[in-house]
Amino acid sequence: MNLRRIAFANLRRRKSRAAFLVAGLLVGIATVVALLALTSALRMQAQDNLESYGANILITPQTDDLSLSYGGVNVGAVSVGRQELDESDLQGLSSIKNYANIATVAPQLLGAVKVNGHTALLMGVRPESQFNVKRWWTVNGRRMQADDELVVGAGAARTLGLQMGDTVKLEGQLFTVVGILDETGSQDDDLVISTLPAAQALLKRPGKVSLVEVAALCAGCPIEDMVTQISGVLPGAKVTAMQQVVKSRLHALDQFKAFAYALGGVVIGIAVLVVFITMMGSVNERTREIGVFRALGFRRGHVVVLILIEALVASALAGLLGYLAGIGVAYGVLPFVKEGDGMAHISFTPLLAAGALVLAMVIGATASIYPALHASRMDPTEALRAL
Amino acid sequence: MAATNVEETGTGASFIEIDGLKKNYDGGGTPVFALRGLDLTVAEGEFLGVMGQSGSGKSTLLTVLGGLTGPSGGTVTVDGIDLYSLRGEKLADFRREYIGFVFQAFNLVDYLTALENVMLPLAVKRMKAAEKRERALAVLGRVGLADRAHHLPSQLSGGEQERVAIARALVNQPPLILADEPTGNLDTATSVEVMELLKELNGEGLTIVMVTHNAENQSYFDRTVVLRDGVVDCELPECAVATPL
Repeated sequence: MNLRRIAFANLRRRKSRAAFLVAGLLVGIATVVALLALTSALRMQAQDNLESYGANILITPQTDDLSLSYGGVNVGAVSVGRQELDESDLQGLSSIKNYANIATVAPQLLGAVKVNGHTALLMGVRPESQFNVKRWWTVNGRRMQADDELVVGAGAARTLGLQMGDTVKLEGQLFTVVGILDETGSQDDDLVISTLPAAQALLKRPGKVSLVEVAALCAGCPIEDMVTQISGVLPGAKVTAMQQVVKSRLHALDQFKAFAYALGGVVIGIAVLVVFITMMGSVNERTREIGVFRALGFRRGHVVVLILIEALVASALAGLLGYLAGIGVAYGVLPFVKEGDGMAHISFTPLLAAGALVLAMVIGATASIYPALHASRMDPTEALRAL
Repeated sequence: MAATNVEETGTGASFIEIDGLKKNYDGGGTPVFALRGLDLTVAEGEFLGVMGQSGSGKSTLLTVLGGLTGPSGGTVTVDGIDLYSLRGEKLADFRREYIGFVFQAFNLVDYLTALENVMLPLAVKRMKAAEKRERALAVLGRVGLADRAHHLPSQLSGGEQERVAIARALVNQPPLILADEPTGNLDTATSVEVMELLKELNGEGLTIVMVTHNAENQSYFDRTVVLRDGVVDCELPECAVATPL
């Protein structure tokens, strides 16, 4: 028999009060765990699927000019120096240090072609990569597979009077329209898209590309590092990071995280109050019992320790159950808050479990210090006053 | 574990010396004078009865003597130790080592078994668990409850609960038992059993101070004092006629 045994006996044989204490704290811990698990799952999803937010690195030919086009209005530019990149140079990308972080490389060749009496912008692409970096492109029909197939933007299709299955002549060569893009609201709507080899042949620029879009998965490593590495292997190119793509998404997540923390703080505050009130009630209810302990020679310190042991044991239990409940809630809620059909999952993290346990015990102990001191200061004669 | 000055043995002739003891309560604005300069000595091994009407200060005397509440004036010396010169937690140590309390309401802890209740005073002592258990079982056997060790208080009769309370008071082998109406909640037959037990313990050398209303208990006492208005009014049998109880 020691203080620990007394504490356990009390918790075990007065289950309903212990249950109330555990439940109050459990709700708080579960909420915090659920919020944190959700935040981290969403963040991981965002990081895992960075390419779904489009390319984040743009490789263009080095020029000395400023862009003279804004908002779709081109006022012309006199370009000096190289205007194009060599497709073969792109192989150099495989030698950079963070090559593993490159998800997609989408080279594109742009040029003007005559179609049905209009001049249109032809874009030659590698279909797989291109549709990977343009996640928002939705094709009616299918993607081009052969070099004599075309996908056209919604605007271009309208202007050129093209429909699915139409055959059309570009610079004397026959092409079949196999797909039409849904309206995107961007310049993409005016594109006529062919495969890269077809465009290179048509525009008589074999082996050349106008720009390259790169989707890098690297949320952990600074994108600037990747830009430096790519510049190193492509000396004639200008490499630009398009940070806003990723940052805006992560910023939204950070806001959610801040909200989660704030909400978690409020819930913890309430949990502290619940534990405090429960412990205070428990102590007052046990006035006589504590008086007996004191009369039998327990020091004030012994009473404090006894109450704190009880609080800590109940809190540890609440922490454990709260963690499980929180993970369960996060599982249930995740499908409603995750982005699209990307993969996001709640994972068991020992760190979060340990954190929940420690948090519960800190809350339990903090909220019980005053009740414990109060108990130790109660006048034992008051406690024992006959009946 | 106990403070060293608690372990010292007294040298005075009497075991308990109470000198000019005063105790005022703040009874919600109007001060209540429970003890008004009470003097009393108790010899070692004496079985002292304390009687008196309600409000005469009997229970207050017991709590002050037991180191549970500080007096407003006067001194209490037990075995040469001036109780209220003890600082901090020393008073708790004193209670643990010197005093066994037996309460009228038994005051057993309801979620602990008889055995665990008896072990309570040992809970804060550094001692092997097996030894604590052995000692508690021995004392439970001493009060005739060896077979009830694992019952909760709610499963015991009033007399059994009182005997558990006495066992609890004895487990730490204190030299002094303070009993507040130990027979107050018991029927006559059970009362007799409890008083016989206390008398037996007294015969083994324990000093006992017992507060009671019940005049039938007088026969067990070595000496009986009667309190009136917070002082010792007289001793039986001298005041038997003057103060009807």
